[in-house]
Amino acid sequence: MTYETLTVDIDSDGIALVTIDLPGQSMNVWNEGLMADFPKFVDELIANDDIKGAVITSGKKSGFLAGADLNMLGSSKAETMKEAFEQAWGLNAILRKMETGGNSAKDLLKGKAHAKPVACAINGLALGGGLELALACHYRVCADHPKLQLGLPEVQVGLLPGGGGTQRLPRLAGLQAAGMAIMMGQPMNPQAALAQKIVDEVAPAEDVVAKAKEWVKANPKASAPWDKKGWKFPGGAGSMDPRAVPLYLGSSAMALKQSKGNYEAVKAILSCLYEGSMLPIDTALKVESKYFTKLLSGPQAKNMIRTLFVNKQAADKGAMRPEGVPPTELKTVGVLGAGLMGSGITHVTAKGGMNVIVLDRNMEEAQKAIDYSQKIVDKGVKRGKMTQEKADAFMARITPTDNYDDLKNVDLIIEAVFERPDVKADVIKKTEAVIGKDVVFASNTSTLPITGLAKNSERPDQFIGMHFFSPVEKMPLLEIIPGAETGDKALAVALDYNAKIRKTPIVVKDVRGFYTNRVFPPYANEATMMVAEGVNPALIENAAISMGMPIGPLAIVDETTLQLGYDIMTSTKEEMGDAYVPSGTEDLMELMVKKIDRRGRRFGGGFYEYADDGSKKLWPGLKEHFPLAEDQPTVEEVKQRLMYIQLIATAQCFDEGVVSDPQSADLGAIFGWGFAPWTGGPMSHIDTIGVDNFVRTADMLAQKYGERFKPPMSFREKADAGESFYKAA
Amino acid sequence: MTEAYIYDAVRSPRGKGRSDGSLHEITALDLASQVLASVNDRNELDGHEVEDIAYGCVSPVGEQGAVISRMAALKAGYADTTSAIQVNRFCGSGLEAVNIAAGKVKSGEADLAVGGGVESMSRIPMGSDGLGGMADPTLVFQEYFVPQGISADLIATKYGYSRDDVDAYAVESQKRAGKSWEEKRFEKSILPIKDVIGETVLDHDELMRPETDMQSLGSLNPAFQMMGEQMPGFNDVAILKHPDVEKMNHVHHAGNSSGIVDGAAAVLIGNEEAGTKYGLKPRARIVSMASIGSEPTIMLTGPEFAAQKALKRAGMEASDIDVWELNEAFAAVVLRFMEAMNVDHSDINVNGGAIAMGHPLGATGAMILGTVLDELERSNKQTALSTLCIGGGMGIATIIERVN
Repeated sequence: MTYETLTVDIDSDGIALVTIDLPGQSMNVWNEGLMADFPKFVDELIANDDIKGAVITSGKKSGFLAGADLNMLGSSKAETMKEAFEQAWGLNAILRKMETGGNSAKDLLKGKAHAKPVACAINGLALGGGLELALACHYRVCADHPKLQLGLPEVQVGLLPGGGGTQRLPRLAGLQAAGMAIMMGQPMNPQAALAQKIVDEVAPAEDVVAKAKEWVKANPKASAPWDKKGWKFPGGAGSMDPRAVPLYLGSSAMALKQSKGNYEAVKAILSCLYEGSMLPIDTALKVESKYFTKLLSGPQAKNMIRTLFVNKQAADKGAMRPEGVPPTELKTVGVLGAGLMGSGITHVTAKGGMNVIVLDRNMEEAQKAIDYSQKIVDKGVKRGKMTQEKADAFMARITPTDNYDDLKNVDLIIEAVFERPDVKADVIKKTEAVIGKDVVFASNTSTLPITGLAKNSERPDQFIGMHFFSPVEKMPLLEIIPGAETGDKALAVALDYNAKIRKTPIVVKDVRGFYTNRVFPPYANEATMMVAEGVNPALIENAAISMGMPIGPLAIVDETTLQLGYDIMTSTKEEMGDAYVPSGTEDLMELMVKKIDRRGRRFGGGFYEYADDGSKKLWPGLKEHFPLAEDQPTVEEVKQRLMYIQLIATAQCFDEGVVSDPQSADLGAIFGWGFAPWTGGPMSHIDTIGVDNFVRTADMLAQKYGERFKPPMSFREKADAGESFYKAA
Repeated sequence: MTEAYIYDAVRSPRGKGRSDGSLHEITALDLASQVLASVNDRNELDGHEVEDIAYGCVSPVGEQGAVISRMAALKAGYADTTSAIQVNRFCGSGLEAVNIAAGKVKSGEADLAVGGGVESMSRIPMGSDGLGGMADPTLVFQEYFVPQGISADLIATKYGYSRDDVDAYAVESQKRAGKSWEEKRFEKSILPIKDVIGETVLDHDELMRPETDMQSLGSLNPAFQMMGEQMPGFNDVAILKHPDVEKMNHVHHAGNSSGIVDGAAAVLIGNEEAGTKYGLKPRARIVSMASIGSEPTIMLTGPEFAAQKALKRAGMEASDIDVWELNEAFAAVVLRFMEAMNVDHSDINVNGGAIAMGHPLGATGAMILGTVLDELERSNKQTALSTLCIGGGMGIATIIERVN
């Protein structure tokens, strides 16, 4: 028998070494090819008397098997749920057949039949369907590499491990450990997996195949533990088990606490664990496949896979990079300014393996970038995440200076000085005087238009905007803003740099606030306006959190400070004059900032008051200034307002071309301001709601709350045409 | 419709629901059976007169399983012809059983029936039945279930009851219970429970601490704070359903919540003819009965709605009720009920309640109906309403009126 995606070598002991090696792919995954080959191999294993047992391994240096090909999952042609189930059942059926050798559970249990032994030699990362394949083998030997990842991360894209993961993992590791691993989706290393009995043996990488063969040779008759008589669920299971019942109760509560009930996958995983743990394995696997089918046929998994996996990966790999520009080698980056942003940029640049020359007006200021990184690096060493040696090398890459001449050999400049055009103009001139003629100058700004700043540059085609988010080392998004004269090369360099610091980049148009700062303020305003209307502030915050925002909008306003909001409001008013459209929050801002000194957390308090222990609670005085209205809206009404204000602002940006494609809008929303990830982003969410339904609801809200909810014309047209923004999957 | 009369009410004393409790050695079957037998003894019945027995039991597994009422009736010497049913409406089970018995009489299905309940919490701990669907994620995610203690703290948070408020209520409950025992107010209904050799093992409610004061309660830590705020974090679940709450105020603890105890109770109910036939004197008439469902996360606000429904069905106003009895599951439950129904503290739970004497889940409803009947007779009043809050968000109420 020959296969496309794997090779089978039978040794003198009759042990078949199955080496999975997908042609033309850097990584093994369950794709259509492997899905076609593997059942054939299982049949050969069962039927061929020359084969006494098998060892499964990978031919890839990159790992064992990284899961299912998400593009394949997304392209299911099933028309009915039943058909979709038959497809979902495919992988479970093959793996179970391998595990039982095609025998019935009853015969295995009675000892009347056995499967041929199959061991797994895990020689690299095994995630999702990769780990599930391993779990379906009778024995697992894993290479002893501390960074090797074993895990079931499906939940992160809105799915559950549908190849037996929700059933075999708890049957090996117990409900509690398995539940945590599957619901969080976090990988573990081989030693942790060994401790939880998820792998049976850990060995040096070069020995895993030999060890696996040894086991196969010594165990000619195999069956899974759960197919053996007397097997008991480790740690207990079942609705009458006093150890398991608190686990079922507790895990649901914990999952609700974390997911707010927004993630279908989390719920489905809990049900697989709950229901599956009370069933014999064959029925349990079917139940798992049914829940998997439900997830796969719903919008959430499609949205999450598309945005959080497919589009994110494409963006991270530089999908927006102009063609034909050769890659730039970035060895040394000059960072101008060692304030909060400059220090953060310095840190991520050094972390990306580049040297940094960080400049500020004197050495004392420049040194702040060193202190900033030192603190983070020291913490890493203390927690055992970094060796002292690596920490020292890290710090050695950063050179503080107050002398522009030191910048003359840099490959890229990132400017992060004070957000004032005159200050920026000064450093642009001083820097361009020393750097190479072809060095790209990137300006980090969250508000100033790039085209305007580029006017200070001798080489506006090499001038570009980069909007980093604070804290830089934690925030995953980078907004890249080409100005009117920015050339392809500058954009290419910006994306090459981004690839090194491993952020998710979106390329946006040069308008005030760019993309994220166009959408977020209206959202914060809406929450503020509700306070002014007398809506219970706790209801506002809880509504936002329960719809999947990471923290309440009033809490964020406190962090960014009401003072900043007030300053922006004042300058916008001045700038726009008669054209200024009041946001409705002017009186509240005036009161909070000017009259009662509630300017935000940094100033001692705003909407919240802050205790010394770091805890916070809504400022009781708020109710005196903004008495609660007698009729409070329902939480659904508050959620709708807070959701739609973001959807509308995104729609406007899309309409105006601030973001050129729905993918960027979705990525920017989720990774920029923490827009509810379960939606796949605002554009995905509009598609899910249905564009016509979205327009109708927005009109209704506009009538109720004001013109700001009016959807843009192009969305009405889209609705009328019955189209969606993404092509139907 | 036929009237249903209460001819008798009897209960066991309540033993501490722990392995050192006085009733721990008494099987649940024996406990139920001693109480059932006393119904015949006290009323000079042979055992064939009672046609049906409805018995509440909240953890009907193990020795409390398999329709304990039928087993206990047989052991107690009822005739083979006496049928029995075991019912579970969580904490409302005992009163539900009484209402079922009354319903059978009213509908003409039976002339004489018993309603009651049993729970040996020391022998079959709470939750022994595995909690059923309340542990099923599909339902938890739909309804945001939290444990009752969290619900009680949610009531306190939403309606603004401070730790002092709930503690003060608990102190008063202990005081009233102590006084009632001192004045032998429960004497008419208490059946001392005997062991295998016929010795009395318990003749009083042994959980009480009449000396309880604000200071002694003040030293207790809130019982539900850890599970609410940290593992697994039930507060966030409760707030998902009640987003008007910013932060939960944890005020309940063992001292202001109902005690875990063993106990059983029975109420003898029949029509007028049965009374005449067997020479029984009616003590009260069942005026109306009601069961309701209410929001399940806050869970314990049902009594208010059950009481309103029972009053409405009787064509009565709250002001027509002389004495109120609401099971003291948690202090905040009673505080909320008093506020919602505009009931004065001096008219409710006048002889103390479950905070002082304990709450044998399946039996309590029948017990408090007997208690309030005794109180009507003692104080020479006419009408009473008994009610309980119930797990899963329910409420039950029964109005009775003395027959002179």
